[in-house]
Amino acid sequence: MSNQNYDPKLVGFLCTWCSYTGADLAGTARMQYAPNMRIIRVMCSGRVDPQFVLKAFKEGADGVLISGCHPGDCHYQEGNYKALRRHRLLVKMLEQLGIEKERFRLEWVSAAEGAKFQRVCDEFTEEIRQLGPLNWNGGEYEHREA
Amino acid sequence: MSTEKPKVAFYWCSSCGGCEESIVDLAEDILKVVEAVDIVFWPVALDFKKKDVEAMEDGSIAVGFINGAIRLSEQLEMVELLRKKCQIIVAHGSCSHLGGIPGLGNFWNKETIFRRAYHTTPSTDNPDGVVPQETYNLDGKELTLPSFFDTVYALDQVIDVDYYLPGCAPPRDLILNAVTAILEGNLPPKGSVLSPNKSLCDDCDRNDTKPEKMVITEIKRPWEVIIDPEKCFLAQGIICMGPATRTGCGQRCIVGNMPCRGCFGPTDQVYDQGAKFLSALASILDTDDEKEIEKLVDTIIDPAGTFYRFSLPSSILRRKKMEAIK
Repeated sequence: MSNQNYDPKLVGFLCTWCSYTGADLAGTARMQYAPNMRIIRVMCSGRVDPQFVLKAFKEGADGVLISGCHPGDCHYQEGNYKALRRHRLLVKMLEQLGIEKERFRLEWVSAAEGAKFQRVCDEFTEEIRQLGPLNWNGGEYEHREA
Repeated sequence: MSTEKPKVAFYWCSSCGGCEESIVDLAEDILKVVEAVDIVFWPVALDFKKKDVEAMEDGSIAVGFINGAIRLSEQLEMVELLRKKCQIIVAHGSCSHLGGIPGLGNFWNKETIFRRAYHTTPSTDNPDGVVPQETYNLDGKELTLPSFFDTVYALDQVIDVDYYLPGCAPPRDLILNAVTAILEGNLPPKGSVLSPNKSLCDDCDRNDTKPEKMVITEIKRPWEVIIDPEKCFLAQGIICMGPATRTGCGQRCIVGNMPCRGCFGPTDQVYDQGAKFLSALASILDTDDEKEIEKLVDTIIDPAGTFYRFSLPSSILRRKKMEAIK
């Protein structure tokens, strides 16, 4: 498959207060952006359990985005800081498991930043397109075929 | 021997033998067990063969205790056979429950493990570069060896498992409770882990020393510091898997002044012990500054190997991506 024709599957966990509202703004303002992101609305970027990210990769995501309020703006005071710490540690662990750091991204998008959301979606899609599909199979029962 | 006694089988797969030892460690209590049951298969201690098991009627063994992870075709064949012959299968110990220490082989594959074991370890003396073959002809006779999988599996990834006895190795009271429950027919729902469904911290003697707000400013490895024998390990900056690990072990490591390494696996509410622990640890790192966070994360050596020390094969991702292994 040539990378030009390949359509990355991206999953985005967006906090409801800032990033989801920002994405909504991009929509209502009719900004054009890559349609590859499957958005999941969460109450806070700090709500994103690392298990969600692993599950997304296992179920076929080529890239995962967590997007929350800018530092200092969290509706719950410090949820986005927790997301930041988890992101950095999880990136390191994912690399040990053979998942490139580019596939797991953290962005701050405020409710006013529809244009930033547009840019993040376009950039992320293009980056993953260059990287190619993840094709996670996790060693599913090779002996069954043997 | 009376034929009415329930029949019991023990088998081992990829394991160290510690789980077999845990049966022997029942000491005089094993006599009570032996009195109550007929042991019909136990390769480590008794001379029964595969054909003896094959000759038994399906479902004629009351319970089979299987320890060890699955990494060879032979192990797969044996556990599939035992599944047919046993009414209840108990995954005995961390390796069959979660994949265990052999499961760390999932950071590699057959090729790289063989290369290391038969060619590049400093102690390897193999001038002809001999590597085990699955079939070999010797004087017209064909000799065979089991095939070696790229991936290590937990027992329930290859056969249906009824109960799990966690631990590396499972402690004596849990084994006795399990045997008693089986003999009395007093069993919890299928699929249960036969240990309390709480985290180790809930039971930990050091829980009282936990500060009101738990924060870590510096990660320390156990050998780098003199460990306070009374104080919570995490409060000392030492990675302790207690928050993400099921209790029931009797705090064997904690009493020995070593942090929990997670052999009991997660509680029922958690799919992935390593991810859950990562989440807990990251959230108590005491800084909000991006650069400081990255510096602190740098000092956590081998997060995947530490957080999944016993559970990589049963984790969500199960293994390192094959294509990424060099």
